[in-house]
Amino acid sequence: MDSRTGETLSFRQGMADCVPTLLGYLSIGFAAGVIEATAGMSLLEIGLLSLFLYAGSAQFITAGMMMAGAPAASIVGTVFFVNLRHLLMSAALAPKFAAYSPLKNFLIGAQLTDETFGVAAGKLTGRERHADRWMFGLNITAQANWIVANLLGALLGGWIADPERYGLHYALPAMFIGLAAMIVTQRKEYKRDLLVIGCAVGGFALAFLWLPAHLAVMAAAVLAAIAGAVTER
Amino acid sequence: MSISPEFLWILVGSAIVTLIPRTLPLMLISRVKLPGYAAKFLKHVPLAVMTALVAQSLLTDGDAWRPPGDPGLWAFFPTLAVALLTRSLLLTVVAGVCSAALLGWLV
Repeated sequence: MDSRTGETLSFRQGMADCVPTLLGYLSIGFAAGVIEATAGMSLLEIGLLSLFLYAGSAQFITAGMMMAGAPAASIVGTVFFVNLRHLLMSAALAPKFAAYSPLKNFLIGAQLTDETFGVAAGKLTGRERHADRWMFGLNITAQANWIVANLLGALLGGWIADPERYGLHYALPAMFIGLAAMIVTQRKEYKRDLLVIGCAVGGFALAFLWLPAHLAVMAAAVLAAIAGAVTER
Repeated sequence: MSISPEFLWILVGSAIVTLIPRTLPLMLISRVKLPGYAAKFLKHVPLAVMTALVAQSLLTDGDAWRPPGDPGLWAFFPTLAVALLTRSLLLTVVAGVCSAALLGWLV
């Protein structure tokens, strides 16, 4: 790690960089809390799930399968496949945290999500000092917001009707659109990035014909990243 | 305020199977020097994952395709425009939510 060229990051900067993700997490977490409460989870159970599982789509699926009376083993198996895409994101972040201890990397990875990954992949080059502190600031803010959102959904869900009317369901896709746009405009390799985008969309549409959505995302991402890699010299 | 034994199994099991793919590559890849092709592949993972997630949320709803007239599809264009013009994540999210709400009322 070259400390001469690196910017120095801070925990507080990480918290600030989390702000754009808060609305998306809040609305999804709120909806998850409503469904978890409907599935019969206690407030304590919802808190624990948000603390230890901490994954949007997986928590929806857990609640839905519990409601349907699915056995624990099949819920755990489904969660595994839904969350397998983290392998890719964890691997992509790893070179940026090569200087830190395995324990620190474990803690950083434990709070990895689609959104914090997107923010970190856009921000970090691997040359900053204290990228670990910045990442903890980002991660802890994101998860605190997530836990609060789940609990609020469980407590207040009955009173708020139809969040789709206010467009809140779009906070999450909007953030993914924004994160993708930031990557493309930052590195200015438009031709190759358009190829990656085309392969990801086409690959997803094709894979979705045979696979459930969460696996189609992974298949499309692998295909698109390979397409990007083979066109590099 | 209680925890059922069945829930405890689900909690522990799903936490472990989520923790492994989240942490293992970060812990292992940090230890070794990556070959060139792996680094090239990983360079494109962020855009590939984000785009696939956009495709998932815009084209599908659960296990079904979204109908072509879905407001979510059309809200993509103003959202992308704001993202490219402002390069601000926060404004992009605000633009996405506002255009989805507006289109939801109109359609």
